[in-house]
Amino acid sequence: MTMQSLSNRKKVVSKKEMTFMERIYLPAIFGGMWITFKHLFRKNNTLKYPEETREFAPVYRGQHVLKRDEEGRENCTACGLCAVACPAEAITMVAGERERGEENLYREEKYAEVYEINMLRCIFCGLCEEACPKEAIFLTDRIVPSNFERDGFVYGKDKLVESMDDRIDITKRQHTGKRGVI
Amino acid sequence: MVKVTIDDVQIEVEPGTTILSAARQIGGDVVPPAMCYYSKLPGTGGKCRTCLVEVAQGSEKDPRPMPKLVASCSTPVMDGMVVKNKTSERVHDNRGGVVEFLLINHPLDCPVCDQAGECHLQDLGYEHGSAKTRYEEERRKFDPIDIGNKIKLHMNRCILCYRCVHVANQLTDKRVHGVLHRGEHAEISTYIENAIENDFSGNMIDVCPVGALTDKTFRFKSRVWFLKPMDASCSCTKCSGKAVVWMFGNEIYRVTARKDAYGEVEDQDGKAGWICNDCRFDRKDVSNWTIEGPRKINRHSVISQGQYLSPRDTQKQLTDGNK
Repeated sequence: MTMQSLSNRKKVVSKKEMTFMERIYLPAIFGGMWITFKHLFRKNNTLKYPEETREFAPVYRGQHVLKRDEEGRENCTACGLCAVACPAEAITMVAGERERGEENLYREEKYAEVYEINMLRCIFCGLCEEACPKEAIFLTDRIVPSNFERDGFVYGKDKLVESMDDRIDITKRQHTGKRGVI
Repeated sequence: MVKVTIDDVQIEVEPGTTILSAARQIGGDVVPPAMCYYSKLPGTGGKCRTCLVEVAQGSEKDPRPMPKLVASCSTPVMDGMVVKNKTSERVHDNRGGVVEFLLINHPLDCPVCDQAGECHLQDLGYEHGSAKTRYEEERRKFDPIDIGNKIKLHMNRCILCYRCVHVANQLTDKRVHGVLHRGEHAEISTYIENAIENDFSGNMIDVCPVGALTDKTFRFKSRVWFLKPMDASCSCTKCSGKAVVWMFGNEIYRVTARKDAYGEVEDQDGKAGWICNDCRFDRKDVSNWTIEGPRKINRHSVISQGQYLSPRDTQKQLTDGNK
């Protein structure tokens, strides 16, 4: 005797002989085609992507941005906490020392000379954003575009740092209340 | 030999031993933290007050408790003394207050500071400090200056522990570096920005409990937790040649002395293992060193992150305790 099913969802496979109608398959084929045909008149589930976009949740975790402050100085000081927090080891950086006369470019005396995120490694968990003590890195509602080359997915500062003319709004993400605006 | 009880642990020590070194002989959780005391430097201690402990019983003969908390680094033990450190509520509260005072002028620029990750003030702040400061006045500010071409001084971060002054005192009679002014205005400096010309001046970086004195050759190169500390030795004519090299891949990013659990240099061949400036600043090539093996790092330290251990190693560390 076999064990009794615990979930009670077990179905016993029937192996009975097929009838003539079943053996010619046509009723089943037409049945399937009828279902397909019915879907032509239903509402579309898909979006025509680049032309139409879907609205994201306010905390959607997409492509990262490295923020600047109100005066346009980079917030990141290359403290490395995002790289420690990153479970996918996607972030690397090289720190540089701010020279005299660069005070309008970087907020603190140390800054990230090189900052790279490998978008192929990144799992968009948002821990880097959580770890950042300087409100420098945020995930946004932008999608990382596709690329033909693997190298194209290693995003440097040119793609990550926001430009002052086209600032990335992350106010929706600042739900904790501990962070300032912009 | 005198008997002393620290946090319900009894130990016999030589007469004249301080409470702090008696606690260090026991080891583990009963050891009070110390920011200014450095056992290898005579004359240090008694300044920062982080090592405060409660003496619940003065001695066998006079069992009255001491009315105030005492600095364990400079109070000798008495026979039958009963000391409370971890078990005392008062000690914890008071130490929190001391930490708050130490942080009054401290800039909290840990994301920038090279000491972050191995900073004793960071540990203390984490253990005792509150998340917010109550200090509303302006913090005192100094520009970072160079002491010689290898050492950077961030006076902002200094907590005036005087350890570096004691190092300088031991090294030479003609020291040019010390503490200027008094009280609120006190600052570590050199006489008219004189460079410090001594083969062992780099050791003041190692004794600094905060990031006030940092290695210029390592400045902003990396964070300590991305590096792998390895015991290494070289044939050096000036010092023991036994040091720790901090490696990233196959490159040496910086060299420090070998430090024990209390952040003090370990003894090498019966002497304190200070290393010379040649080893510290100039030997950054792997071929200069014989790598002995990975340095043991407390598994609670951020430096041990990313150094993947096998389950057996983790188990071994657990059974070894927090040495």
